[in-house]
Amino acid sequence: MNKHHRVPSNRTLSSVEVKSKFGAEFRRFSLDRSKPGRFDEFYGLLQHVHRIPNVDLLVGYADVHGDLLPINNNDNYHKAISVASPLLRLFLQRKEEADYSAFGTDSLTRPKKTVLAAVLLRPDANRKKPPVIISLPRDFRPVSSIIDVDILPETHRRVRLYKHGQEKPLGFYIRDGSSVRVTPQGLEKVPGIFISRMVPGGLAESTGLLAVNDEVLEVNGIEVQGKSLDQVTDMMIANSHNLIVTVKPANQRNNIIRSSGGGGGGGAASGSSGRSSDSGASFYGYFTPGAAIATTPAHIIQNFHPEELESDEDDEDLVIEADGEALPIPRAASASCSMPSLPRYEPHLNLRSTANGALASSTGSLSTVSTPDRGLEGRSLEEDGTLITL
Amino acid sequence: MKRFRRHGQESHRDRIKQELYGFNKTVEHGFPHQPSALVFSPSLQLLAIGTRSGAIKLYGAPGVEFMGLHDENAAVTQVHFLPQQVDLVTLLDDNSLHMWTLRAHHGVSELLETGRFTLTGPPGAPPSVTRVTAVLTHSSGDMLFLGTEGGHVFVVEVPGFRELEERNISLENVTNSLPEDYGGRRSLEHVESLQENPVNPRQVLIGYGRGIMVIWDLERHSAVKHIPATQQLESVWWTEDGGHVLSSHSDGSYCRWMVAGEGTQSEPEKSEVPYGHFPCKAISKIIQLPTEQGPPFLFLSGGMPRASYGDRHCISVIHSKTHVALDFTSRIIDFFVIRDGPDHTGDPSALVVLVEEELVVIDLQTEGWPVIQTPYLVPLHCSAITCSHHVSAIPLKMWERVLSAGALQNTHYSKKPWPITGGQNLSPDAPQRDLLLTGHEDGTVRFWDASGVCLYPMYKLSTAGVFLTDAEPNDNMNQCTEGEWPPFRKVGCFDPYSDDPRLGVQKIHLCKYSGYLTVAGTAGQILVLELNDEAAEQTVEATVADLLQGQEGFRWKGHTRLEVREEPVTFPPGFQPFALVQCQPPAVVTALTLHSEWKLVTFGTSHGFGLYDYQQKSNVLVRCTLNPSDQLAMEGPLSRVKSIKKSLRQSFRRIRRSRVSLRKHHVNSALLSLANARLEAELAEMELAPVQRKIEARSSDDSFTGLVRTLYFADTFLSDSSHHTPSLWAGTNGGSVFAYQLRLPPVERRSEDPVSAHPAKEIQLMHRAPVVGIVVLDGHGSPLPEPLEVAHDLARSADMQGCHQLLVISEEQFKVFTLPKVSAKMKLKLTAIDGSRVRRVGVAWFGSSRSEDYGESGLTVLTNQGDLHVVSLPGVKLQVQYPCIRREDVSGIASCVFTKHGQGFYLISPSEFERFSLSARCVVEPRSLVEVPSQTPGTTLPRAQPDGPRVMEHALLNDESE
Repeated sequence: MNKHHRVPSNRTLSSVEVKSKFGAEFRRFSLDRSKPGRFDEFYGLLQHVHRIPNVDLLVGYADVHGDLLPINNNDNYHKAISVASPLLRLFLQRKEEADYSAFGTDSLTRPKKTVLAAVLLRPDANRKKPPVIISLPRDFRPVSSIIDVDILPETHRRVRLYKHGQEKPLGFYIRDGSSVRVTPQGLEKVPGIFISRMVPGGLAESTGLLAVNDEVLEVNGIEVQGKSLDQVTDMMIANSHNLIVTVKPANQRNNIIRSSGGGGGGGAASGSSGRSSDSGASFYGYFTPGAAIATTPAHIIQNFHPEELESDEDDEDLVIEADGEALPIPRAASASCSMPSLPRYEPHLNLRSTANGALASSTGSLSTVSTPDRGLEGRSLEEDGTLITL
Repeated sequence: MKRFRRHGQESHRDRIKQELYGFNKTVEHGFPHQPSALVFSPSLQLLAIGTRSGAIKLYGAPGVEFMGLHDENAAVTQVHFLPQQVDLVTLLDDNSLHMWTLRAHHGVSELLETGRFTLTGPPGAPPSVTRVTAVLTHSSGDMLFLGTEGGHVFVVEVPGFRELEERNISLENVTNSLPEDYGGRRSLEHVESLQENPVNPRQVLIGYGRGIMVIWDLERHSAVKHIPATQQLESVWWTEDGGHVLSSHSDGSYCRWMVAGEGTQSEPEKSEVPYGHFPCKAISKIIQLPTEQGPPFLFLSGGMPRASYGDRHCISVIHSKTHVALDFTSRIIDFFVIRDGPDHTGDPSALVVLVEEELVVIDLQTEGWPVIQTPYLVPLHCSAITCSHHVSAIPLKMWERVLSAGALQNTHYSKKPWPITGGQNLSPDAPQRDLLLTGHEDGTVRFWDASGVCLYPMYKLSTAGVFLTDAEPNDNMNQCTEGEWPPFRKVGCFDPYSDDPRLGVQKIHLCKYSGYLTVAGTAGQILVLELNDEAAEQTVEATVADLLQGQEGFRWKGHTRLEVREEPVTFPPGFQPFALVQCQPPAVVTALTLHSEWKLVTFGTSHGFGLYDYQQKSNVLVRCTLNPSDQLAMEGPLSRVKSIKKSLRQSFRRIRRSRVSLRKHHVNSALLSLANARLEAELAEMELAPVQRKIEARSSDDSFTGLVRTLYFADTFLSDSSHHTPSLWAGTNGGSVFAYQLRLPPVERRSEDPVSAHPAKEIQLMHRAPVVGIVVLDGHGSPLPEPLEVAHDLARSADMQGCHQLLVISEEQFKVFTLPKVSAKMKLKLTAIDGSRVRRVGVAWFGSSRSEDYGESGLTVLTNQGDLHVVSLPGVKLQVQYPCIRREDVSGIASCVFTKHGQGFYLISPSEFERFSLSARCVVEPRSLVEVPSQTPGTTLPRAQPDGPRVMEHALLNDESE
């Protein structure tokens, strides 16, 4: 399969022939191999030759192994040019219609490609796993997840919002209200805290997991019953970097329904199920080990493991020494003594130092502060992002 | 096994906690908020004050204090001591009567409520029949006469509250006895006053609202005499010899009536309107007391000419040719007169007046009737309290210097000792001398002796003299223009009106060893003062600190800087200002710290912080912390308030205008009603809209992130672990900590070589919560000692061998970092767990109550929920938690100040500090004993018995003794 690329081309080595496909149309042109230029120039050229100046494109190319790999920055563009022999085959997609799953399906386990894989993929995707999603890093950052489905009553929902220092506001309001509880004395009206408003375009609204009039039961594992609106507000803000709200949705029709038999075998349905990532939370007295999830909301990212992003983020205080270099505060070898200690997070982006440049330039939200050993320390992408907002 | 052992350790720790910590609210300092009743017991020498919130407070000799609170949330309208007993009766607004007693228990008296009673009328009677308006405690000590709104007098046996129906004096009994010609059978109205004949306990005078007074014989159960006053009755006084009755009336007149003889006396012996001719206000109380030689004293409350002086609060004292109208600062609640002699029947010695905001005692036996300084009930709020600062364990030398400076200020007070002497103060002498400093709105700082139960005023410092203010200090105290009528004399010190709000004191820091004091105020002024025993005339040099440092786009809309007097000012002995820093923009100073060893003062506002060298009188460092996008901080503190006010005003104007224009143009009523309906709907919507809270992470763009919340000096390892250097730490509202390394010249060159500061570190807390405290812990994990503390051999010097740690306290969590490399070591989260936030924090040392030599350092913390916590050091673990202040009481929480020994103070009203203790060892609380007067030895016997049947026994005994 990869024999023919060693065959020297009879054409001149200094130019690369490009065949670009957009929809059903092809365009052919050539580039100077020694002076490929920058990615944005190339992107403009593509828009020009296809006469689609205002269409957002996802650019992919077929590498020597026949895998479809993305071109979205200078580095992988240069890589694509350098490995193209003789022909660089491009596949353009409209961004909004892009089929991410088409990218690089088969060949990612090969060691050669780990550079690109590291930029684009989660490390667990290195293993041969069913559909791996590849896209620009900023496109697949998780925004929310439903967690602890197996230990919560079906009527409740535990939602985690990932703030990650992004600009998007959490975007919701809470209010006082009253709810009805079943007590040994019968039904009783008790005060409760409810979501009162969603900010359009906010994180909470965009997840679709929270809605107006949902009753807030817990904040990061702490029950809110008996607490004032201001207290709950302060708790949520104190946890805003990693907010986990347990709600009783006002609309109970979209609940996750467990198979009544509980026969098992459901574990594969969702990566976010079956893991109790929050210890110390209130348990509801039962536990269904093999709970299968029949319906998962579409925006839940498959194979996403919540504990990867789990971190006690406010340990990441920033210290600027006198010489002006900003350093995140390393965690000294001692545990926090806050009540329910959240599980330690694992590095989920196994960045090698070579990947840093690509990473930094590919994600606009990241700015320049990066220390050489950061990848080795296992800082996660998102945390670094928040750090630099100073 | 392991679990078992751990359990053992925990219980051991629990025991230690019990020995270290204990929560008590111990004593209330200051003047009770909204007093509503006053009474004095000559036999006990105790005065009692009831308040509108239902509290009852008893005071005797300094240190003798008792407090009780009625369960009912009703105002105390009357308080009466039972003659010659330790019991007192209170009447509340809800018409209930309560019996209180001082019971000795383990050698200390306690104020306890022993019974309650509500008068029940005949079935079907209107409530006014039993609505009590006058109370007389009969000299026999076992009867209460209750006059009511309906005009009846009920007789009740005390202390058991048994109605003696057969003795009641009903309105019918009285009206039947009236002569036919009196007033055409009009209603007599309510019972205004009940008085016992001082020489004949069988006779009681009943004064009715309409004016008529009836002297009633209790044994014959019939009227003896009628006194037909025609004006609305205000009060009655039966002279001591029993020969005359004085009545005061609502038209500002008083009359003297002869008692001798029976039947009706048609004309008063004397009738006078003291401030007459023009209509006068009522004389609400009249007292006449004889003197051994010479004319009697006459005391009249009120009676001022309505038009010209109707707003004055006056008590007129007339003695022989002397006539003074004492002009008080607030409404008069009540007054009484203390008399000389063993039986308290001699010459009047002091007039005690309770006005709404203070207690004033006038010495009637010294020429000029000077005021006697009160040892308690001091009006803390004579100008509103704006901040407070506590300094523990003042060295004796310093203490004496402050005292002598204060003594010079108090020369206008009477030299006579405090005339109220009841009870014995049994509390041990204070273990140390503590000072509480309060800053006030008028620019004064008051020094209080806070060592013991009495918060005693020591010294008052005024900072206003340094500045040019609109109002020149014109002390019109004791100013009396000749020939002025009424002959006013101003008394009292309550003065809530501040000449210039910019003078308000916001932060205070006193070094108890060196006598250096720094005071910072509302207009960004920072004064450095030095204690000087001599008066001095000096100019105060002002230095401007430009905190903006060229920050663009700034528009300060707040107040202007205070103008400094350029000519030398004479400062009396005491604390004398010698240096002044003025922040630009002149925003309120939010943090202030003094280091007397390094001779540095650091200060912060919402714009930044600065470091000032008061030896060389120069700025060392100015740092701007302002976020350029923070418009609110840029414009100044007033803009936001203004804008709300403005928008409210605008919307009201708009509403009014729309209504006016509608009316003006004769628009048909349909349109008008439509507009009104829309307005109503808007209002309804405004009311119905639920309170909601936005959930949003803090960001660097929030308002006032640059506001400096805390400043701290430390000698620690800032840049490397082998050399410790002086350092300055600043924490902001946005969760930033700035650390500067300071270079101080050697001592011998201190006044020539400059001090320099170099930025060393900046920490941005991820959670961005405001930093409220910074503490450096030494190698042993103890907080660094205060400056000069070690030099005075009062503290162990800090351990410089082990690693230092930095404790940063934000509103949300406590976090320990290593030094010099700032890495997070451990933390305690507060807000994430229970939703409370740190409002106040202090470092305290807790001694064990069991063993003298064991103690621990800890943080005392007050949260926005009003809970007190103790957090251990250096482990930052929650030790104990006590609810202390209602969470709605924002000003109470904001006013809290901690001592270094686990006590604290907070304002329970604008005029009262509650003192509390978190320490099991260090508790200051009143311990006093009040004994039953010796005249009635019989009553002491049952007092010693246990609780239960005592009331009954007492009642029986009294019956027997009669």
